[in-house]
Amino acid sequence: MDTRGLRSQMKDSVPVAGFCPQGAYGLQDSLRSGFTSVKNELLPSHPLELSEKNYQLNKDKMNLSTLRNIQGLHAPLKLQMEYRAARQIQRLPFLPSSNLALDTLRGSDDMIGFEDVLNDPAQSEIMGEPHLMVEYKLGLL
Amino acid sequence: MLHNLSQHETGGFNFENSRRNAVLESSLSQNGLKAPNPRKTGTTIAGLIYKDGVILGADTRATDDMVVADKNCMKIHYIAPNIYCCGAGVAADAEITTQIMASNVELHMLNTGRPPLVAMVTRQLKQMLFRYQGHVGSSLIVGGVDVTGPQLYSVYPHGSYDKLPFLTMGSGAAAAVSVFEDRFKPNMELEEAERLVRDAIAAGIFCDLGSGSNVDLCIITEKGVEMKRGYEIAATRGEREGNYRYKRGTTAVLTKTITPLSLELVQESIQTMDQD
Repeated sequence: MDTRGLRSQMKDSVPVAGFCPQGAYGLQDSLRSGFTSVKNELLPSHPLELSEKNYQLNKDKMNLSTLRNIQGLHAPLKLQMEYRAARQIQRLPFLPSSNLALDTLRGSDDMIGFEDVLNDPAQSEIMGEPHLMVEYKLGLL
Repeated sequence: MLHNLSQHETGGFNFENSRRNAVLESSLSQNGLKAPNPRKTGTTIAGLIYKDGVILGADTRATDDMVVADKNCMKIHYIAPNIYCCGAGVAADAEITTQIMASNVELHMLNTGRPPLVAMVTRQLKQMLFRYQGHVGSSLIVGGVDVTGPQLYSVYPHGSYDKLPFLTMGSGAAAAVSVFEDRFKPNMELEEAERLVRDAIAAGIFCDLGSGSNVDLCIITEKGVEMKRGYEIAATRGEREGNYRYKRGTTAVLTKTITPLSLELVQESIQTMDQD
């Protein structure tokens, strides 16, 4: 999972119910993704949705390629190795993690933006079902 | 349910309801109704650089389409001890953007150990507004005095900015900038500059429907900041000339019957209050 590069991690579409259904054998998995509706697929969602989904990845990509051009290949390689190591320090999938090391590396520990004010994951009112979340993470689902 | 998992790892804007809102708006407009608009500030804000620093001015009216929502709102926001910001556009966006900027400036100051530059505030503002492609509808005038001297920038909702000696924004910008264009001179004295900003905001108040009420001024110099809230009350409420109450005897009394109610005193209890 983590061996993929940045480019293949970017999502070029928002998953829409019904379009390329994500269940087994390409069928719509109603239990997990809900009902389908033609109207859902035809109406546009917000113009910012895609750009916000990929924002962090795009920013990293731009910064790392600039870094490569300035300092050589070793700089982004070392940084990405550290990111990958920091990303592995997480709590169980259904619990919120502080991501302290990752924030420090990224430099987002001294920036406040809308992602800290709105929809703070640490204060989310719903928690995923523990068994399902762990199975999803381990790829057993 | 499972594709909501990724949303729980990051915060930020949630676009789940945007499709539903689009459907609601189209069905509303089919019935001839209109969805409510966000409250805009409908403003005149202005700033100019004079001999010792920067003067920022703003009116104090917030409008909700054609209704005045707030007669005395505060449009000059604090960003740093030496940097203030006037906000126009959607009221909530301007307010939250300036609050986020103030927090970021404080963190940056703690991180670098240096007082902030106005250029730093402008850069962070324009990067954030460009990221949201104009959907965060706030136009701002940032002014302050830092180590490089007095600075004045204006930032538009889509992320462009201007650095000029005098600036106006908001719905009354055209009226205010005409006053500036006529009488601005570089290196003015304090009283002359104050009067000029007051006149520019007053032009916006009287010539633009979206601006009104009072003039607020904020004078930023190297030594400090002076906030003149309610510098001038441009439009006062009128005195009521007539009285619409009816005098006694306007309606003729035909009959009058008095029925005394016989009540017995059953119980009387007195509770003393502690009077300290």
